[in-house]
Amino acid sequence: MRVELTVNGRRRRADDVWEGESLLFLLRERLGLPGSKNACEQGECGSCTVYLDDVPVCACLVAAGQAQDREVRTVEGLADGDALDPVQAAFVEAGAVQCGFCTPGLVVATHDLLDRVPRPSDPEIREALAGNLCRCTGYEKILDAVRLAAATRANGRR
Amino acid sequence: MDFLRPATLAEALSIKAQRPEAVPIAGGTDVMVELNFDHRRPAALLDLTRIAELREWEAVDGSVRLGANVPYARVIDELGDRLPGLAMASRTVGSPQIRNRGTVGGNLGAASPAGDTHPVLLAAGATVEAASARGTRLIPATEFYLGVKRNALAPDELITAVHVPATGAPQQFAKVGTRNAMVIAVCSFALALHPARQRVGAAVGSAAPTPRRASAAEDFLSGELTATGRWDSPEPLPDPVVRRFGELVAEAASPIDDVRGSAAYRKHALSVLARRALGWAWRDYSGKVA
Repeated sequence: MRVELTVNGRRRRADDVWEGESLLFLLRERLGLPGSKNACEQGECGSCTVYLDDVPVCACLVAAGQAQDREVRTVEGLADGDALDPVQAAFVEAGAVQCGFCTPGLVVATHDLLDRVPRPSDPEIREALAGNLCRCTGYEKILDAVRLAAATRANGRR
Repeated sequence: MDFLRPATLAEALSIKAQRPEAVPIAGGTDVMVELNFDHRRPAALLDLTRIAELREWEAVDGSVRLGANVPYARVIDELGDRLPGLAMASRTVGSPQIRNRGTVGGNLGAASPAGDTHPVLLAAGATVEAASARGTRLIPATEFYLGVKRNALAPDELITAVHVPATGAPQQFAKVGTRNAMVIAVCSFALALHPARQRVGAAVGSAAPTPRRASAAEDFLSGELTATGRWDSPEPLPDPVVRRFGELVAEAASPIDDVRGSAAYRKHALSVLARRALGWAWRDYSGKVA
């Protein structure tokens, strides 16, 4: 089947989409957007988190056909050209990146958290990121990155 | 495989009548996992997300009619005051990403014994609204769960809503898991006080082939509260009453030993959850009546 949707502000079209295929597969393999990572394929790891009509979801749990005529924003769509989003910059600065596999999902989840809660408490950060697994950082630097991104945004440097 | 995208409920019901094998998909949090792992290859997927009326809730005659496609996140944000138990259970489902997509309708459709909302629906006295091209019927939650992942839906029926009595009275939901987040229940318990009827609702999850009401525990506690006049003057509950309630809740369960826990552990944990939930609910009720 054909699926047409808006991805990062651009109207996109994919042909020959299998009816049981996920939005994640469509993004990565058909539209060439490998930022969202494919890991657990069961919504446990959060590595494929994207915005679907401004709501963060696991792209592996959305059927591609369900995204017809809807808006998707991936980690690739957060930066403004070459200028990193404050969340992306904070992950770099805080060293919250090791192998990097979980990073895109964590960046999208953090981006959403800070849009809703500009100065989150630590428990709020932990709850917001509970669906994103990382196997190498130990999470402390990720928490640092979220705090740093919140502070950066609060100072208006975005 | 076909991907069917009805725009209206009437269209969806007509498709389901012609193609009862079509698998409904809404939030996708269960169905897509089965597809991704090739555990299931249905002949057709019936996408319900375009049907606007399934995404709404409304207050009707003292109940909330909760559309089958309202995600957990909205139950938490919009219904915490009217459906406190359901909102509490919804908060324990998966992660924010899962709660943004998963629905109570999907929980009912999957009918897993471990589904978090089931004990609440049983304790609160909810009814499931099922529709087909033949018409609409209401199925009490107590008659909905038939076995492990089996429910009372006919092949041509779709879950359109669940009707949950709205309440200002205390409700509680408690769950044992191996960690704080993103965890399937080892066992769970829901309690609902119904002061107007002088009844208590209690149900267990993940501790029998289906979610199950703890009827003997309900009868015992309702009888105690009425006989001692505590609904009108909510004195603290005597320890033996609380303990007996916990025992009866545990006796209602028939759990198995599995990877998540032993049957003996589940029974013990349920008695503890029941005592705690009753303590919290009763303290809350005492504060409201006083």
